Amino acid sequence: MSAPFTGGAPAIEVRHLVKRYGAVTAVDDLTFAVPAGSITALLGGNGAGKTTTLAILLGVLLPTSGQARVLGVDILKHRFRALPRMNFGSPYVELPKRLSVRENLMVFAQLYGVRHPKQRIDALAETLQMGEFIGRPTGTLSAGQKTRASLAKALVNEPEILLLDEPTASLDPDTGDWVRAYLERYVAERKATILLASHNMGEVERMASLVLMLKAGKLVDRGTAEELLQKYGRQNLEEVFLDIARDRRRAEKEPVA
Amino acid sequence: MPDVIAHSTVALPPEREWGFSFRRMNAIVLRHFYLLRSSWARVLELAYWPVINMTLWGFMTVFLVGQSSLFAQATGLLLAAILLWDVLFRSQLGLGLAFLEEVWSRNLGHILVSPIRPYEYVAALFVVALMRVLIGVGPAALLAWGLYDYSIFTLGLPLIAFFVNLVVLGWAIGLAINGLILRFGLGAESMAWMALFILAPICGIYYPLAVLPEWLRAVAYTIPASYVFEGMRAVLIDKVFRVDYLAIAALLNVVYFAGGVAAFLYCFKAARRRGLILQIGE
Repeated sequence: MSAPFTGGAPAIEVRHLVKRYGAVTAVDDLTFAVPAGSITALLGGNGAGKTTTLAILLGVLLPTSGQARVLGVDILKHRFRALPRMNFGSPYVELPKRLSVRENLMVFAQLYGVRHPKQRIDALAETLQMGEFIGRPTGTLSAGQKTRASLAKALVNEPEILLLDEPTASLDPDTGDWVRAYLERYVAERKATILLASHNMGEVERMASLVLMLKAGKLVDRGTAEELLQKYGRQNLEEVFLDIARDRRRAEKEPVA
Repeated sequence: MPDVIAHSTVALPPEREWGFSFRRMNAIVLRHFYLLRSSWARVLELAYWPVINMTLWGFMTVFLVGQSSLFAQATGLLLAAILLWDVLFRSQLGLGLAFLEEVWSRNLGHILVSPIRPYEYVAALFVVALMRVLIGVGPAALLAWGLYDYSIFTLGLPLIAFFVNLVVLGWAIGLAINGLILRFGLGAESMAWMALFILAPICGIYYPLAVLPEWLRAVAYTIPASYVFEGMRAVLIDKVFRVDYLAIAALLNVVYFAGGVAAFLYCFKAARRRGLILQIGE
């Protein structure tokens, strides 16, 4: 097994990242670092540039300019060196519906070069409590079961870096809480790094040790949830989010380095 | 909760930038094997049209053999043409459908953020397209043998050359169309079904190129399939294997294949620039 990426360097490093689509700037001079072993959240409204940033880090979107390094690898030039140690989950990118959960996991285990796929899938089935539906076609599962199947796919290679796009979107509170707890345990046990894009404030407040606030493609603030609450004098991140979204209390903010 | 880490079964090999992994390629083939295994309707659809075509043209052949000295002399003329055309069409369509299955299921993003290289993915699509050709054309060939006492294998060894050339041409055209689907989304889906039929009147499936007007014949000479069908008639009517036709077809196929790969890679890069990969299928 590859050693977890530590060594003091950030697991993800982005410098002056810009992505333009014609006249529209989706990501505007974004610079940030994600500490290894952390859960970091990209928080922002629709069109803030969260998914665009994740797509660049996954190597499926070419930026207009800037640099992005994942696990010390220049992802724009050498993405295949990093991709086996990463994975991705999103409710908007699905697994084939006709294939059973086990079949889907077998396909992705092979794609990611998992040495003993059957054992790995069995372990995931047990950990993620998928035993009763692992043989069923993925398209017949409930939303909660689908989420667990997606999570199993995202964890099939025990990634050191997990990029998640709204991991608990459209889940009921109980399932959402279960997923968050599982991810927190995974990070703690694996010393993995999670970068998640979300506009679920409760989720971010609970999970993230670093919050990157995006607006219109720009990084407008960053810090721990507590730091942001203190800085904006608010009770919860939702209020901070609204302050930023509506350009309130800008005078109190310090420029983002 | 059991300890996920303590019982780790994962051991990732060091990654080379441009290696070829049969394992990753097989993963995609496996995905399509699972799909076909779970869907009898898809398997039936693969064989349905070739079998219907064969039935129709088989009886037409039976009728024509009694009416025409040409067909009496070369009874397999139409049946061989039908089967070889289906090899070409199913190869192109198979490649298109293998790709479209990922788009329809909105799974393409998952695949393309995995460590699979684009050329491994394309190689896997080739294998899947070949599987689809064999599943589609195989029953029609058996029907021709059982119902009309015609075996495509009477073409002898040239059959292999014809088959390979048509499969490769199908891959080349299919790859270019997949590129268009990647670039323009499901709006370009109908290309997968229609594109090849533009060649059908030109490449002399059922008649010699000599019947075409001169300007159209010039176009036909740029299509590898034209040489295959002319070669097929040479074997069946003149009992001659035209190696020169085969050589030209193969050379043209090299050009077509390179063009197909270049078109796909160009569109793939355009899709990466425009951020289309994670969105495709929506």
